[in-house]
Amino acid sequence: MSVDRLVVVGASLAGLRAVEAARRAGFTGSVTLIGDEPHLPYDRPPLSKAVLEPDTAVDAPTFRSLDTLHREMRVDLRLGERAAGLDPRRGVVCVDGTEVGYDALVIATGSVPRMLPGADHLDGVHALRTIDDARAIRAALDGGARTVLVGAGFIGAEVASAARKRALPVTIVEALEVPLLHAVGAEMGAALAELHRRNGVDLHCGVQVLGVEGEQHVERVRLSDGTAVDADLVVVGIGSTPATGWLDGSGVTVEAGVVCDETLASSTPGIYAAGDVVQWHNPAFGEPMRLEHWTSAAEQGAIAAANAVALAPAKTYATVPYFWSDWYGHRIQFVGLAAADEVSVAAGSLDPERFIALYRRGDRLIGALALNCPAQIMKYRALIAKNASWSDALEFAQARPLAATQSH
Amino acid sequence: MKVRVDADRCQGHTLCNIAAPSMFRLRDEDGHAYVDAPEVRPELEAAVRDAGATCPERAIQIEE
Repeated sequence: MSVDRLVVVGASLAGLRAVEAARRAGFTGSVTLIGDEPHLPYDRPPLSKAVLEPDTAVDAPTFRSLDTLHREMRVDLRLGERAAGLDPRRGVVCVDGTEVGYDALVIATGSVPRMLPGADHLDGVHALRTIDDARAIRAALDGGARTVLVGAGFIGAEVASAARKRALPVTIVEALEVPLLHAVGAEMGAALAELHRRNGVDLHCGVQVLGVEGEQHVERVRLSDGTAVDADLVVVGIGSTPATGWLDGSGVTVEAGVVCDETLASSTPGIYAAGDVVQWHNPAFGEPMRLEHWTSAAEQGAIAAANAVALAPAKTYATVPYFWSDWYGHRIQFVGLAAADEVSVAAGSLDPERFIALYRRGDRLIGALALNCPAQIMKYRALIAKNASWSDALEFAQARPLAATQSH
Repeated sequence: MKVRVDADRCQGHTLCNIAAPSMFRLRDEDGHAYVDAPEVRPELEAAVRDAGATCPERAIQIEE
């Protein structure tokens, strides 16, 4: 059956790359891009970085203009419309009371931030997912907010950096004993936590938020260690869950994300998925995973759409995960997987704040973390992709000592 | 096709160097990318477009 109508649900990075890839593949049928935010597709990493920079203008980091999408790429845009359901037997997506028919579908609805229970009655408490969140947080920071971050993940850390740039009082509250336990593992999480302390942040680990208090606006945060922290701004960064609720009853297999094979095909013919919403089989490691990374969202969007329009043989998507984060002027980069048997700092050290740490699983190099070593990290990504052995990886690192005097 | 790297946007993710290593060189000190010359040979055009799409900072400027 030929594909005449491609529908992409989700108008952020993965969805945008999907429609671009469909046209690049030579697809001439109709392309519809549906997004629940009322904005043209825009980039999320700047929301916790450039958009929060003091003394700069705040622009939404839009990818493509309306003119390019509509006229050049002939994409039918339905923005500010939320998909409410999917009926694969009739081949329709239910959106805002209407039905949009498709022959091929790419699900790219992303993830939804977890919120603090009982906190939505107060102003000044925000997750950070959208440009609207970022603008509200930015205004609070510019207003001199005493800032509390719930969760010592990347959102918490980057907003803390933005607050400290303005010399504001900052507290981070982390429920686990160490920050970034799942992202970089316990040892490296503890090492990176030092960066917070060195930059004047009050970091509490092993402590939970019992509640937020205030009249109409947040005034303080009550913690499980019996203390309370005065706050004008609370940013909640405690992870997010894949946005799959709208697929209930559709028959598409969902388990911590839309379950897909290595070609990003879901359990239902004609339906593919990409980005934060997808849990796909990653041939690079022979296991299923769900990534919330920029590079995989972009690459998955493109591959899912190309496979959906089926003008060429289906491609598989294998990747060594990569993410980066900027804290207090430092660049943190991670490649691979952090669930490892051993972590070893193979070059450099926390003093003077430049190092490469390698992660071993069995006999294999499985991951690498770089602090302020941007020219090195991709070499380790290549080693992981080639299934390099632990001893080869250590030898490689030892042959490349870090010069202490290089600036970051 | 011509290509250049916007040095103000480049953050040294080095993804372009992975997509098209013969086109995008990296500075030793910080991994920032540059091109020796803007002209792109026809056989490298697809790889350069991939590099443009892969850059998280939209630092790769392509003139078709």
